[in-house]
Amino acid sequence: MVSGREYPGTPLSDEDLHQGKVLTVERDPNARYAWDTGVAIGRFLAELKNGRIIGRRCYRCRRTVVPPRMFCEQCFRPTDEWVYLKDTGRVNTYSISYLRWDASRVEEPTIPAVVEIDGADKGMGFLHLLSEVKPDDVKIGMRVKAVWKRPRDRVGSIRDILYFKPY
Amino acid sequence: MPDRVAIVGVGHTQFRATSPGLSYKELMFEAATKAYADAGIDPRRDIDSFVCCSEDLSEGTGIFDEYVPDQIGAAMRPVHTIAGDGLQGVVAAYMQILTGAFDVVAVEAHSKASNILTPNHVLALAMDPIYVRPLGAHPHIVAGLEMSRYLYESAANREQCAQVVVKNRGNALFNDAAAYGADLDPEEVLQAAAAFAPLSRLDAAAPADGAVVVVLASAARARALDAEAVWVLGAGWCTDSPALDSRQWGTAEYARLAARQAYRLAGISTPSREIDFAEVDDTFSYKELQHLEALNLFRPGEAGPATAEGLTAMDGDLPVNPSGGSLGVGHLGEATGLYRLVEAVRQLRGEAGPHQLPDVEVGLAQSWRGVPTTTGAVVVLGKEPEA
Amino acid sequence: MGLRRVAIVGAGMTKFMRRAMETGRELSWQASRMALDSCELTLKDVDGVVIGTAPDVFDGVHMKGEYLADGAGAWGKPVLRGYVGGGTGVFSPIQGWYHVASGLFDVVLVVAEEKMSTCHPHPQGAFLSIFDNILERPLEPNLIWIFALEMRRYMAAYGLSKRDIALVSVKNKRNALDHPCAQVAENITVDDVLNSEVMVWPVNRLDVSPVSDGAAALVLCAEHVAKRVTDKPVWIDGVGWHLDSAYWTNRELCYPKYVEYAARMAYRMAGITEPRKQIHVVEPYDPFSYKELHHLEGLLLCGKGEAPQLTADGVTQRNGDLPVCPSGGLLGVGNPIAAAGLMKVAEIFWQLRGEAGKRQVPGKPTCGLAQAWGDLMQVGTVIVLRT
Repeated sequence: MVSGREYPGTPLSDEDLHQGKVLTVERDPNARYAWDTGVAIGRFLAELKNGRIIGRRCYRCRRTVVPPRMFCEQCFRPTDEWVYLKDTGRVNTYSISYLRWDASRVEEPTIPAVVEIDGADKGMGFLHLLSEVKPDDVKIGMRVKAVWKRPRDRVGSIRDILYFKPY
Repeated sequence: MPDRVAIVGVGHTQFRATSPGLSYKELMFEAATKAYADAGIDPRRDIDSFVCCSEDLSEGTGIFDEYVPDQIGAAMRPVHTIAGDGLQGVVAAYMQILTGAFDVVAVEAHSKASNILTPNHVLALAMDPIYVRPLGAHPHIVAGLEMSRYLYESAANREQCAQVVVKNRGNALFNDAAAYGADLDPEEVLQAAAAFAPLSRLDAAAPADGAVVVVLASAARARALDAEAVWVLGAGWCTDSPALDSRQWGTAEYARLAARQAYRLAGISTPSREIDFAEVDDTFSYKELQHLEALNLFRPGEAGPATAEGLTAMDGDLPVNPSGGSLGVGHLGEATGLYRLVEAVRQLRGEAGPHQLPDVEVGLAQSWRGVPTTTGAVVVLGKEPEA
Repeated sequence: MGLRRVAIVGAGMTKFMRRAMETGRELSWQASRMALDSCELTLKDVDGVVIGTAPDVFDGVHMKGEYLADGAGAWGKPVLRGYVGGGTGVFSPIQGWYHVASGLFDVVLVVAEEKMSTCHPHPQGAFLSIFDNILERPLEPNLIWIFALEMRRYMAAYGLSKRDIALVSVKNKRNALDHPCAQVAENITVDDVLNSEVMVWPVNRLDVSPVSDGAAALVLCAEHVAKRVTDKPVWIDGVGWHLDSAYWTNRELCYPKYVEYAARMAYRMAGITEPRKQIHVVEPYDPFSYKELHHLEGLLLCGKGEAPQLTADGVTQRNGDLPVCPSGGLLGVGNPIAAAGLMKVAEIFWQLRGEAGKRQVPGKPTCGLAQAWGDLMQVGTVIVLRT
């Protein structure tokens, strides 16, 4: 690396853009998908609609896993059995978010967490939100329980669980 | 240092227009299970590296690489994604084995085309954002333009292109895995609704879903596995110009250069005599003819007449696309070329059942990444390690 | 081990910027041109190209590798695009390594590019697509959630405070003041970090690397060519990569086991048995402050939970016993995803040749390591270089 040499690249500022100092082309992509959920996730969603969380068990390594999958990724063989899990669990980790998905700020923070589900192996969890708790009161290892949408509002989605609350 | 690499296992799902009951993970698991059983290996112990081929926008997921390992036995293993076609994945595996540091490498690709609701809009995103997209052109216009130029330069005609469609969809009737086997006649193809003239709707392969996994091994490991080995005699791949304004429209330069590299490695000097059959890309009917000439399997201008005379039929001098090609099997996205390799392997092993060709020793599989790319790969395979 | 030797003989990069005027192809060209000029080679000398670039959604171009190809010198050449999320920048020279070590290529150009500024209103929104399409995207996660969740777990496992971790931002942003391409170099204090805006607790704004445009490139060659081209070849002595399961919510996040496995793979190849002693300068991936610490532990350069103490003791300063991120890292130079990882490899290349100018670590280091990470807390890619 030669010191003092000029490296290529022409930085532009926000003003350069907004004041039209450079020409731009804009386009909104139209990329839309409808994914087949398949056997494992299809059943998982159907059970969420029923107000239940379901996992799968591999007889060889004897793990009960959630989210469910038709293959055991450790043993590389089909998993063997559906297992109903509880709708309670423990907080594996959490954070306090002041940002929406698009990076805009929110006043009231949300509390994302990984919740390990009772009935599955230790460490087996999925991503969801915590609520009915003050951010400062959340602890790793805290016991939580799912708060469900009313049966008639459930559609077979991870959001059929509104959030998890302390329990 | 091994200087020969073999294909020791192949596996795939059926290819169908939709696959509603299974997720992409479940399709991949099926293909992988079959390929590893074919090779007689346990992926948790016996595979040194895994290569997956995918494009985010074909999946609808950013960094799709995240979602590949579990269902192919690759969790917590060396895995990488090639944002490219299945044969580009194969060359990545081939090179890894040639380094001497890896003995067994698996390659995977799949298509869930049925899950893309706006395929033409997604494909339009592959066009240059500044020079081309503002024209609002459907991406298949690129194929129409290319077909026009190819017909002009080669003196091929639409009837000969229609013969490709008839041949390939007819071949697919003998391939259980294929989605679009049909008994057509050339008039139907010519009379079908115009798509992007001179292309008619039937000149273009329709998409299909499915997954493919292939296992490559060093010569030493292939022998140790006592596998039904088919040998990689040579491989090549090439990208020509991405820009519409500076590309060759009439000839498939990328295929010519890729083949040149593959033939050099394989020690092949007269491909038309030394290659017994070929699986070449036929995403559009004219592409089969254009590719055959670029691959030096027919002289410029001769692929069309040869097809009309039946030289590329299953019982012809140089059978082309005995699998049914993309026209007959369905276009499998990045898995297209990989499945053609599987077909070539099956032919050389004598396992192609109803569409088995007699007495084949050397075959070729070629891929093209589709509109608007000028990228393709070639793999030459043989029953024996030397051509 | 009897593998063919591969050397890095040239390197180049653009400035890292929040928004570049140049298109992705132009950035690629600028970096490649500089890398070739630095070792007085031309495109004619280049046999093959590897392109590393991460999510297509930023540049807004599908099959981005095709679009960038001619800017990256890949016209009419064999080119592959590898894609392992954030790990890509260190993975692309590993791909270049297997091209040359296979014996098929003598000179390979490796180019990494990212243009994140194209994505409006903010590139961070594009990361929504990397989460699970069915189980996670409906929760509308922000990218930073996943880092905050991991950081929280890491802090809890070892009783760390934000102060312990903030030292990394302070060190790297200060180191970056000596990097001519740096986007966000500055002199800050631990309190500045703690007082900066909370994004997703425990992550504050100054704990995070910025969004950037930029490109970097390396020239790799076989031993016989390297010796002709330069009297200071930098040998790629070890490469390693591992991808963990996609199910990150089933993972123990306080320790990056996949980085350890990738490192072990590279150490075995390089004959490194005591990494802390045998490696003289390190560029681990630092998109967030705590990540540098996390990765130092995964690289087996210190015990679990000990990296903060190492930092507090000044061991990881440029004049310390184990200089870490002498470049200024992603936190100081910028984070055009794939280009950022390749920048780290270039840094080690320059450090080992004594060409890092004001950033040069003392003591004439002869062995260095660069590491990148990517996907969903999932990929480790490691390269060990020696003179």
